[in-house]
Amino acid sequence: MPYPMRIRAQLHGDVTAITAIISHPMETGLKKDGDKVVPAHFIRMLTVDVGGKRVIESHLNMAVSTNPVLNFKVKGAKVGDKVEINWEDNLGEKGFGESVVSVPE
Amino acid sequence: MNLTRRNLLKGAGGAIAALFVAGLVKPIRVLAGTWNEAAFQSKDLKEALSASGAAGAADSTDVVLTAPGIAEDGAVVPIVVRSNIPDTTRVSVFVEQNPYPLAASFDFMNEALPEVGVRLKFGKTSTVRAVVMAGGKAYTAHKDVKVTAGGCGG
Repeated sequence: MPYPMRIRAQLHGDVTAITAIISHPMETGLKKDGDKVVPAHFIRMLTVDVGGKRVIESHLNMAVSTNPVLNFKVKGAKVGDKVEINWEDNLGEKGFGESVVSVPE
Repeated sequence: MNLTRRNLLKGAGGAIAALFVAGLVKPIRVLAGTWNEAAFQSKDLKEALSASGAAGAADSTDVVLTAPGIAEDGAVVPIVVRSNIPDTTRVSVFVEQNPYPLAASFDFMNEALPEVGVRLKFGKTSTVRAVVMAGGKAYTAHKDVKVTAGGCGG
Protein backbone atom coordinates (compact mmCIF):
# COMPACT_ATOMS: atom_id res chain seq x y z
CA MET A 1 0.00 0.00 0.00
CA PRO A 2 1.50 3.33 -0.98
CA TYR A 3 2.10 5.95 1.68
CA PRO A 4 3.80 8.92 0.04
CA MET A 5 6.26 10.93 2.11
CA ARG A 6 7.76 14.34 1.48
CA ILE A 7 11.02 15.32 3.12
CA ARG A 8 12.68 18.73 3.12
CA ALA A 9 16.19 19.08 4.55
CA GLN A 10 17.62 22.59 4.44
CA LEU A 11 20.98 23.74 5.68
CA HIS A 12 21.01 27.00 7.67
CA GLY A 13 24.58 27.72 8.80
CA ASP A 14 25.67 24.51 10.52
CA VAL A 15 22.16 23.28 11.28
CA THR A 16 20.00 21.22 8.94
CA ALA A 17 16.26 21.57 9.51
CA ILE A 18 14.39 18.43 8.48
CA THR A 19 10.64 18.39 7.87
CA ALA A 20 8.85 15.16 7.02
CA ILE A 21 5.24 15.02 5.87
CA ILE A 22 3.93 11.45 5.82
CA SER A 23 0.62 10.27 4.38
CA HIS A 24 -0.91 7.99 7.01
CA PRO A 25 -4.43 7.75 8.52
CA MET A 26 -3.17 7.56 12.14
CA GLU A 27 -6.47 6.02 13.26
CA THR A 28 -6.83 6.00 17.04
CA GLY A 29 -9.13 2.99 17.31
CA LEU A 30 -11.38 5.20 19.47
CA LYS A 31 -13.44 6.70 16.65
CA LYS A 32 -16.78 5.30 15.51
CA ASP A 33 -18.13 5.17 12.00
CA GLY A 34 -21.85 4.64 12.65
CA ASP A 35 -21.95 1.68 15.05
CA LYS A 36 -18.56 0.32 14.03
CA VAL A 37 -15.29 1.21 15.69
CA VAL A 38 -12.68 2.26 13.15
CA PRO A 39 -9.70 -0.04 13.90
CA ALA A 40 -6.51 1.50 15.22
CA HIS A 41 -3.95 2.11 12.48
CA PHE A 42 -1.02 4.32 13.38
CA ILE A 43 2.74 4.62 12.96
CA ARG A 44 4.54 3.34 16.04
CA MET A 45 8.20 3.63 15.10
CA LEU A 46 10.10 6.05 12.94
CA THR A 47 13.81 6.54 12.35
CA VAL A 48 15.83 9.29 10.70
CA ASP A 49 19.30 8.68 9.22
CA VAL A 50 21.46 11.50 7.85
CA GLY A 51 24.61 10.74 5.83
CA GLY A 52 24.22 7.08 6.77
CA LYS A 53 24.15 7.79 10.51
CA ARG A 54 21.14 7.30 12.77
CA VAL A 55 20.08 10.61 14.35
CA ILE A 56 16.52 10.07 15.56
CA GLU A 57 14.60 7.06 16.83
CA SER A 58 11.04 7.90 17.68
CA HIS A 59 8.10 5.99 19.04
CA LEU A 60 4.65 7.37 18.34
CA ASN A 61 1.18 6.77 19.71
CA MET A 62 -2.25 7.22 18.09
CA ALA A 63 -2.38 10.80 19.39
CA VAL A 64 -0.07 11.95 16.60
CA SER A 65 -2.22 13.79 14.03
CA THR A 66 -3.38 12.28 10.73
CA ASN A 67 -0.71 12.71 8.03
CA PRO A 68 2.08 13.37 10.54
CA VAL A 69 4.30 16.41 10.15
CA LEU A 70 7.58 16.08 12.06
CA ASN A 71 10.44 18.55 12.49
CA PHE A 72 13.99 17.66 13.49
CA LYS A 73 17.34 19.46 13.58
CA VAL A 74 20.79 18.03 12.94
CA LYS A 75 24.25 19.59 13.15
CA GLY A 76 27.21 19.04 10.86
CA ALA A 77 25.44 17.66 7.79
CA LYS A 78 26.66 18.72 4.35
CA VAL A 79 24.83 19.63 1.17
CA GLY A 80 24.11 16.40 -0.70
CA ASP A 81 24.02 14.19 2.41
CA LYS A 82 21.26 11.64 2.17
CA VAL A 83 18.30 11.89 4.57
CA GLU A 84 16.42 8.61 5.02
CA ILE A 85 13.25 8.09 7.00
CA ASN A 86 11.75 4.67 7.77
CA TRP A 87 8.58 3.88 9.67
CA GLU A 88 6.52 0.92 10.76
CA ASP A 89 2.90 0.98 11.94
CA ASN A 90 0.88 -1.17 14.36
CA LEU A 91 -0.27 -3.42 11.50
CA GLY A 92 3.30 -4.13 10.43
CA GLU A 93 3.14 -1.94 7.34
CA LYS A 94 6.34 -0.08 6.50
CA GLY A 95 7.15 3.16 4.77
CA PHE A 96 10.28 4.84 3.48
CA GLY A 97 11.26 8.21 2.10
CA GLU A 98 14.52 9.89 1.21
CA SER A 99 15.89 13.25 0.20
CA VAL A 100 19.21 15.12 0.27
CA VAL A 101 20.39 18.10 2.29
CA SER A 102 20.14 21.30 0.26
CA VAL A 103 20.53 25.03 0.78
CA PRO A 104 17.36 27.17 0.77
CA GLU A 105 16.86 29.13 -2.46
CA MET B 1 28.43 -37.71 2.82
CA ASN B 2 28.99 -35.22 5.57
CA LEU B 3 32.07 -33.81 3.95
CA THR B 4 30.23 -32.98 0.78
CA ARG B 5 27.45 -31.35 2.76
CA ARG B 6 29.93 -29.28 4.78
CA ASN B 7 31.65 -28.07 1.66
CA LEU B 8 28.35 -27.20 0.12
CA LEU B 9 27.31 -25.16 3.21
CA LYS B 10 30.68 -23.45 3.30
CA GLY B 11 30.36 -22.59 -0.34
CA ALA B 12 26.83 -21.23 0.08
CA GLY B 13 27.84 -19.14 3.14
CA GLY B 14 30.74 -17.68 1.21
CA ALA B 15 28.56 -16.81 -1.73
CA ILE B 16 26.03 -15.00 0.51
CA ALA B 17 28.84 -13.13 2.27
CA ALA B 18 30.18 -12.05 -1.10
CA LEU B 19 26.75 -10.71 -2.06
CA PHE B 20 26.64 -8.69 1.17
CA VAL B 21 30.07 -7.25 0.41
CA ALA B 22 28.98 -6.39 -3.10
CA GLY B 23 25.93 -4.67 -1.62
CA LEU B 24 23.58 -6.86 -3.62
CA VAL B 25 21.82 -8.21 -0.55
CA LYS B 26 20.90 -5.45 1.86
CA PRO B 27 20.51 -6.40 5.50
CA ILE B 28 16.99 -5.75 6.75
CA ARG B 29 16.95 -2.31 8.29
CA VAL B 30 16.42 -2.45 12.02
CA LEU B 31 13.84 -0.02 13.27
CA ALA B 32 14.05 1.79 16.59
CA GLY B 33 14.11 -0.56 19.58
CA THR B 34 10.76 -1.76 20.85
CA TRP B 35 7.61 0.26 21.30
CA ASN B 36 7.17 0.69 25.05
CA GLU B 37 3.76 -0.95 25.32
CA ALA B 38 3.41 -0.40 29.08
CA ALA B 39 3.91 3.35 28.67
CA PHE B 40 2.04 3.92 25.40
CA GLN B 41 -0.97 1.77 26.25
CA SER B 42 -1.43 3.09 29.75
CA LYS B 43 -4.63 5.07 30.32
CA ASP B 44 -3.34 6.40 33.61
CA LEU B 45 -1.04 9.43 33.53
CA LYS B 46 1.01 8.42 36.56
CA GLU B 47 1.50 4.93 35.18
CA ALA B 48 2.44 6.26 31.73
CA LEU B 49 4.96 8.63 33.31
CA SER B 50 6.60 5.99 35.46
CA ALA B 51 6.61 3.34 32.70
CA SER B 52 8.49 5.77 30.48
CA GLY B 53 11.01 6.60 33.20
CA ALA B 54 9.62 10.09 33.68
CA ALA B 55 8.30 9.79 37.23
CA GLY B 56 9.57 12.45 39.59
CA ALA B 57 10.75 14.76 36.81
CA ALA B 58 11.93 18.14 38.09
CA ASP B 59 10.38 21.31 36.67
CA SER B 60 12.94 23.10 34.52
CA THR B 61 12.93 26.30 32.50
CA ASP B 62 15.55 24.64 30.27
CA VAL B 63 12.78 22.48 28.85
CA VAL B 64 11.24 24.88 26.35
CA LEU B 65 7.74 23.78 25.41
CA THR B 66 5.87 25.72 22.75
CA ALA B 67 2.14 25.06 22.33
CA PRO B 68 -0.86 27.27 21.53
CA GLY B 69 -2.86 28.55 24.50
CA ILE B 70 -6.05 28.05 22.52
CA ALA B 71 -6.42 25.43 19.80
CA GLU B 72 -9.36 25.88 17.45
CA ASP B 73 -8.84 22.40 16.03
CA GLY B 74 -8.02 19.70 18.56
CA ALA B 75 -7.12 17.32 15.73
CA VAL B 76 -3.97 19.24 14.85
CA VAL B 77 -2.19 20.96 17.73
CA PRO B 78 1.40 21.93 16.90
CA ILE B 79 3.89 21.23 19.69
CA VAL B 80 7.60 22.07 19.75
CA VAL B 81 9.96 20.90 22.48
CA ARG B 82 13.55 22.08 22.81
CA SER B 83 15.95 21.05 25.55
CA ASN B 84 18.74 23.35 26.69
CA ILE B 85 20.04 20.68 29.06
CA PRO B 86 23.40 19.10 28.12
CA ASP B 87 23.42 15.38 27.28
CA THR B 88 19.74 15.26 26.44
CA THR B 89 18.95 11.81 25.10
CA ARG B 90 15.16 11.77 24.93
CA VAL B 91 12.08 13.96 24.75
CA SER B 92 8.64 12.51 25.57
CA VAL B 93 5.35 14.34 25.12
CA PHE B 94 2.21 13.65 27.15
CA VAL B 95 -1.30 15.00 26.56
CA GLU B 96 -2.47 14.51 30.11
CA GLN B 97 -6.25 14.39 29.57
CA ASN B 98 -6.14 12.16 26.46
CA PRO B 99 -7.37 8.53 26.80
CA TYR B 100 -3.74 7.41 26.35
CA PRO B 101 -1.57 10.24 27.73
CA LEU B 102 1.82 9.35 26.20
CA ALA B 103 1.75 10.74 22.65
CA ALA B 104 5.33 10.33 21.41
CA SER B 105 8.94 9.93 22.43
CA PHE B 106 12.06 10.89 20.51
CA ASP B 107 15.61 9.60 21.09
CA PHE B 108 18.44 11.82 19.87
CA MET B 109 21.74 10.37 18.71
CA ASN B 110 24.93 11.41 16.94
CA GLU B 111 24.54 14.95 15.55
CA ALA B 112 20.83 15.44 16.34
CA LEU B 113 19.89 18.59 18.25
CA PRO B 114 17.45 18.00 21.12
CA GLU B 115 14.55 19.78 19.46
CA VAL B 116 11.47 18.30 17.87
CA GLY B 117 8.19 19.49 16.35
CA VAL B 118 5.10 17.28 16.13
CA ARG B 119 1.34 17.79 15.68
CA LEU B 120 -0.94 16.05 18.15
CA LYS B 121 -4.62 15.27 18.65
CA PHE B 122 -6.25 16.61 21.79
CA GLY B 123 -9.55 14.96 22.70
CA LYS B 124 -10.42 17.97 24.84
CA THR B 125 -8.82 20.82 26.74
CA SER B 126 -5.68 19.39 28.31
CA THR B 127 -2.30 19.99 29.84
CA VAL B 128 0.55 19.07 27.53
CA ARG B 129 3.72 17.93 29.28
CA ALA B 130 7.23 17.52 27.89
CA VAL B 131 9.70 15.32 29.75
CA VAL B 132 13.41 15.48 28.91
CA MET B 133 15.85 12.73 29.87
CA ALA B 134 19.39 14.04 30.29
CA GLY B 135 22.30 12.41 32.09
CA GLY B 136 19.95 9.81 33.56
CA LYS B 137 17.67 12.44 35.12
CA ALA B 138 14.20 13.64 34.12
CA TYR B 139 13.19 17.29 33.66
CA THR B 140 9.79 18.63 32.72
CA ALA B 141 7.70 21.58 31.58
CA HIS B 142 3.98 21.81 30.93
CA LYS B 143 1.40 24.07 29.36
CA ASP B 144 -2.41 24.20 29.26
CA VAL B 145 -4.06 24.07 25.86
CA LYS B 146 -7.72 25.06 25.63
CA VAL B 147 -9.40 23.14 22.84
CA THR B 148 -12.49 24.73 21.30
CA ALA B 149 -13.27 21.81 18.91
CA GLY B 150 -12.49 18.15 19.65
CA GLY B 151 -9.78 16.06 17.99
CA CYS B 152 -11.17 12.59 18.46
CA GLY B 153 -14.57 12.77 16.87
CA GLY B 154 -16.12 15.37 19.15
